Amino acid sequence: MTDPRLPAAFLQPGTSSFSDFLAAQAPDLLPSRRAVPQGHAGDLAPHGTTIVAATFPGGVVMAGDRRATMGNIIAQRDIEKVFPADEFSAVGIAGTAGLAVEMVRLFQTELEHYEKIEGSTLSMDGKSNRLAALIRSNLGMAMQGLAVVPLFAGYDLNHGQGRIFSYDVTGGRYEETAFHSVGSGSLFARGSLKKLYRDDFSADQTVQAVVEALYDAADDDSATGGPDITRRIFPVVQVMTADGGRRLADDEVATIADRVIAGRMTRPDGPTAPLEQGAR
Amino acid sequence: MSMPFYVSPEQLMKDRADFARKGIGRGRSVVAVQYADGVLFVSENPSQALHKVSEIYDRIAFAAVGRYNEFENLRIAGVRLADMRGYAYDRRDVTGRGLANAYAQTLGTIFSSGGEKPYEVEIFVAEIGDAPADDQIYRLTYDGQVADEHGYAVMGGQADTVGEYLREHYTEGASLDDALTVAVAALGHTSADNGGSEDRVIPTEDLEVAVLDRTRTQPRKFARLRPTRLDALLGDRGPATHAAQPEQLGEPAEAPAPVGDEPPIAPPG
Repeated sequence: MTDPRLPAAFLQPGTSSFSDFLAAQAPDLLPSRRAVPQGHAGDLAPHGTTIVAATFPGGVVMAGDRRATMGNIIAQRDIEKVFPADEFSAVGIAGTAGLAVEMVRLFQTELEHYEKIEGSTLSMDGKSNRLAALIRSNLGMAMQGLAVVPLFAGYDLNHGQGRIFSYDVTGGRYEETAFHSVGSGSLFARGSLKKLYRDDFSADQTVQAVVEALYDAADDDSATGGPDITRRIFPVVQVMTADGGRRLADDEVATIADRVIAGRMTRPDGPTAPLEQGAR
Repeated sequence: MSMPFYVSPEQLMKDRADFARKGIGRGRSVVAVQYADGVLFVSENPSQALHKVSEIYDRIAFAAVGRYNEFENLRIAGVRLADMRGYAYDRRDVTGRGLANAYAQTLGTIFSSGGEKPYEVEIFVAEIGDAPADDQIYRLTYDGQVADEHGYAVMGGQADTVGEYLREHYTEGASLDDALTVAVAALGHTSADNGGSEDRVIPTEDLEVAVLDRTRTQPRKFARLRPTRLDALLGDRGPATHAAQPEQLGEPAEAPAPVGDEPPIAPPG
């Protein structure tokens, strides 16, 4: 910046959206504005994999494994794919890691920017719609193999409950009930949660259920990383309640992961679900 | 058409400064006080929606007096500048000094350009560091001057009276409740024309109080203190009285502008 003055556009009243402001003032900073030459670019960059979210009475839990892959190579063992979006919500990302991390940064700034300018936070639906708009603007890149598919979850202060939103590459936004998963291991994680999930779980039980689900995803999907017991790398777990969101400390997750692994030592397929309908 | 007449540059600048000062003098004061864990802002502002103190970034806050629409524009510009820099570089690269510099250049240019009326605002930009010694309070005036304040700072209508009270009662490294008590008492302190003084207890619902608190675990250190919290911090202060004339923040020029108070704009040509 050569001129130290505030540019005239900064002083104009108008949008309270940071991405709209960037689009007008510095479009080259937007991740979706980059021109990518024709062809498939999907194999050039690492991909993030499995994200799981599940609600419980009074909140919602989101967790992600720590692996990024590039073809058959493990690009990173300790990547973080679950981020707090603001005080009460979190976003987990699957797809092209670099673009996704940048999009999360833009989304975080977008929410904070709105909050500071308007003096109030966006509603949960408002936040999820803003994220949909960011994904939609990335469609061109997605068609060239650089897709980003997030999972958004948070505690809705107006409704007094945890909520989960999933997306498709065109920016479609779908509210999920109870639990959901995205990424390459999502089929296995969802199957696992289907059997383990109960709607009267406490926060701790929900955390254990999603860690089990990630273990099952890693069990059957080569791109999803299981708990790394030699390097002590464990999933990132974010718990959001009416008191705000918090990332569980590594040793807390380690305790749960160790319990899950201990269980799998005797029963590699994990806990059994009762066969009878309605049995608790 | 009348002939443009000669006005000396000194007179022109003085007129513009007087004009800006008059606008600022109509508003109520804002106090910024350094305390053990950061910086405390207090002002008497019954409005819950129109704020005089706001968050700019993780460790940076903004406070202003004067014409609401003008300082609101400056605040939004500051938020945009900070968020854009933090997004393009990193959150740690957003500094209070950079922001104060941008404000100073902007206000200075507007003040000395003939075409626009000067902004009737005075601003604090405060930034907290990891230790009290790293805390900064910058005061920016309508003409773009920057001053580095230490301990406490006051701006707005009764700045002299309030400042004098703080000079006598301010202690360095005070706790939050002590600093708050002194700051609120300072705002309620008025000196009468006959040399005496009067101390009014301002009701907590009329106070706008915010802190930059380095002990907060979140990266964003700015927090507003609500009336219930203020009651707990201030304790029993005796019967409270509202201000005699409520200030209209949206339209600070509540007194009808006397004739000849138009913005001094240089004659064209």
